[in-house]
Amino acid sequence: MSRLRGDAGEPGRPGALRRVLRVGLRPRLRRVDLLVALLLAALGFAAAVQVRSTRVDGVLASARPEDLVRILDDLSGRNDRLRAEVGALTSARERLTSPDADAAALAEADRRAQLLGVLTGTVPAAGPGVLLTIEDPDAGVRAEALLDALEELRAAGAEALQLEGAGADGAAAAVRVVASTSLVDGDAGVQVDGTLLRPPYRYRVVGDSGTLTSALGIPGGVVDTIARVGGKADVQAQDDVQVTAVRDLQQPRYARPAPGG
Amino acid sequence: MIPALALLAGVVLGLVLEPTVPALLQPYLPIAVVAALDAVFGAVRAQLDRIFDDRVFVVSFVSNVLVAALVVFLGDQLGVGGQLSTAVVVVLGIRIFSNAAAIRRHLFKA
Repeated sequence: MSRLRGDAGEPGRPGALRRVLRVGLRPRLRRVDLLVALLLAALGFAAAVQVRSTRVDGVLASARPEDLVRILDDLSGRNDRLRAEVGALTSARERLTSPDADAAALAEADRRAQLLGVLTGTVPAAGPGVLLTIEDPDAGVRAEALLDALEELRAAGAEALQLEGAGADGAAAAVRVVASTSLVDGDAGVQVDGTLLRPPYRYRVVGDSGTLTSALGIPGGVVDTIARVGGKADVQAQDDVQVTAVRDLQQPRYARPAPGG
Repeated sequence: MIPALALLAGVVLGLVLEPTVPALLQPYLPIAVVAALDAVFGAVRAQLDRIFDDRVFVVSFVSNVLVAALVVFLGDQLGVGGQLSTAVVVVLGIRIFSNAAAIRRHLFKA
């Protein structure tokens, strides 16, 4: 410091630069000088912070109001679209990740399919019921008698039944009897849905065995009718009747499920 | 020398700490900085005119900042904050330019 001052030329008329330097370099200890320094430090700090924050959000800060409105519109529109997408994806995830609802629906559909399968004859059925064996040594039992027996069985609450007999080749054959089953007299036997069955016939029936047995045995009923034409009907109640014959599901040609059903 | 070092230290501190400006202060900080700059230029000029006074500087610095902030605040309340900010910056800018011109004449005799 002292060297600088000593170097100064023209001591009588010090230059402006020298004056600044001399004042600036003079040792300062007064409290007000500290205050000045503090204020200038604060100024530098504030200026640096302001410059930095302006640089950070400078794009939007310098945008015109119309542009800002447009940008805001774009953003809120995009926000809405994304929110809708989030909602759709969330509900899809809920659907996919809840195994309970899925499994329950599947089980219910499966159960309904099984029930309908029993009614339409596409699945085997088992349960308590009766065996109605019809022997026909005199070849007097015609399709009409078998149809009477079938109607009697249905009226008594038969739920699943099949008609068995000897096939055309002598082997045992069985036909599942459903709503559309037809019985037609055939060559030494009966054509059941196109399958020739020969005696002895046997209805294998799932239903309430007590009701079925009494329905078949009433005076003038099936058993009597069979006996009158030279046959012999035997009713046997069983705890576990297996109706094993099935048939293919027929696709209806005209009927369609009605909407709202 | 010490004020210059303090200024430098403040700048470095601001760059290093990287504080975020509170939302409440955001409209006033730039105006306050410009007002303080005006006070500093005035101080340098007074120094060169040999009429510099510490106390005057401190008072003018603080009052400059406060008045500038007050004007902007009033403008915000009246709905003309943007225009008043511009007005303050223009006035302070003119003062800074005239002070800078005086300093220039002192330093370079031109």
